[in-house]
Amino acid sequence: MIKFFCTITFIITVGTSFAQKDDVNIHTPEILKYSTELVVPELDIPWGMTFLPDGSMLVTEIKGKLIHFKDGVKTEIKQVPEVYARGQGGLMDVELHPDYKNNGWIYFTYSSTEGEEKGGNTALIRARIKEGTLVDKQILYKGSPNTTKPYHFGSRIVFDNDGYVYFGIGDRGEHFINPQDINKDGGKVYRLKDDGSIPADNPFINEAGAKTAIYSYGHRNPQGMTKHPVTGQIWENEHGPQGGDEINIVRKGKNYGWPVICYGINYDNTILTDKTEMPGMEQPLYYYVPSIAPSGMAFIHSDKYPDWKGNLLIGSLKFQYLERLVIKDDKVTFREKIMPDFGRVRNVKIGNDGYIYVAVEGKGIYKIIPSL
Amino acid sequence: MSQIKGLAFLTVILTYFSFIQDTELSKSMARGKDIYNDFCIVCHKPNGEGTEKIFPPLAKSDFLSKYREESIRTVRFGQKGKIKVNGIEYNGNMPLPGLTDEEIVDVMNYVLNSWGNKSEKIVTINEVNSISK
Repeated sequence: MIKFFCTITFIITVGTSFAQKDDVNIHTPEILKYSTELVVPELDIPWGMTFLPDGSMLVTEIKGKLIHFKDGVKTEIKQVPEVYARGQGGLMDVELHPDYKNNGWIYFTYSSTEGEEKGGNTALIRARIKEGTLVDKQILYKGSPNTTKPYHFGSRIVFDNDGYVYFGIGDRGEHFINPQDINKDGGKVYRLKDDGSIPADNPFINEAGAKTAIYSYGHRNPQGMTKHPVTGQIWENEHGPQGGDEINIVRKGKNYGWPVICYGINYDNTILTDKTEMPGMEQPLYYYVPSIAPSGMAFIHSDKYPDWKGNLLIGSLKFQYLERLVIKDDKVTFREKIMPDFGRVRNVKIGNDGYIYVAVEGKGIYKIIPSL
Repeated sequence: MSQIKGLAFLTVILTYFSFIQDTELSKSMARGKDIYNDFCIVCHKPNGEGTEKIFPPLAKSDFLSKYREESIRTVRFGQKGKIKVNGIEYNGNMPLPGLTDEEIVDVMNYVLNSWGNKSEKIVTINEVNSISK
């Protein structure tokens, strides 16, 4: 094991010292200033989670289950839409409307087979829960066309301070076709009004033929997204190929470059592109070489962790930890492993009680408790 | 003389059938490679080497050769919990890939005959169908 981590450290050191200026290696703390407590046990792949005002939780499992967890009891919500369960597809994120208390709307992303073609693509819906059943379902957006490609569906759901809803769709396995074309779905972050209609000031609203829900493009596979607690900006992280995972601030109408510019290479070790920057394309705020396979992301905005306040958390599916990033002036200045060797961290969120909740594949949802 | 003729005939027949099976296998493997690249390569790597202690190797894997049925079951239904591959323990969670049975046939034929692996017997649709959870 020590050898393994030495190798990883070596790769991080060598890989990034040439590739990225001002990089910082990830640290493993010697003394842990926290403990973990299993809150929701026995989950398969807990993809999304959100916290209801009554202190209960909603959790999605990728295979298509929606679980209401209240007072230590799991109840499966009925009438969840059927998912296209292939590869990375399934029931993905769940998020509450900012005014959930009054309107009861809950938003979901999932891989849907709706449409003419064989296969699936990502859909955003909203619905309410009534007596343990999902009702009032409305499809707000459905990516097209369907494809049997099993990967890059995205997708997280985030509301901004103005009540707009953002979500991403990955490139759906067609990186030379989708991400750079605003007339096509895939490889995009979208912005909608809460009822699914297109905001009049979306960037491509006047472009003939464009998918006007698009807010930014040139993404690969965004699986983490969160709102910055101070600036209100939308941040996302996305899976790159081998090397080249990215953290970006999502900006209106911007092109994030995939697959024209990228810091990674193909999985079969062939070169995808020799370009890492181009005019008119955004540089990532941070990129990972080697890839960590980033999942959910969250900023620590509560007062429960005084030393960590304002820091960013990102889960690593590949290296099986949660990482804490200190960010100053939109630059990463320090990275630290939390919960090292814990398992495939799928998601992280801050609960209404201010604690960090971490979803781990094959295990469940944990709470991080600071030891004072 | 007729014996020699018979033997020659038999040889031709046998060669013919082994040729048919070879092309069947190589066609299946070619399709399987595409599936492998779509579903498996991210964790199990381009040459089936995996990542020690995290993602088990498929290249020269004793698990594949010893537990053929269990290997197909893993691809058909996903896998969770401890397994030992080439003397190293893995305690991961392989999600359900969501492949059709035809695709499982192809990807298994590819994996069982690549990177130093060699299977005596071609994987067939009936074999995959017969494996339950």
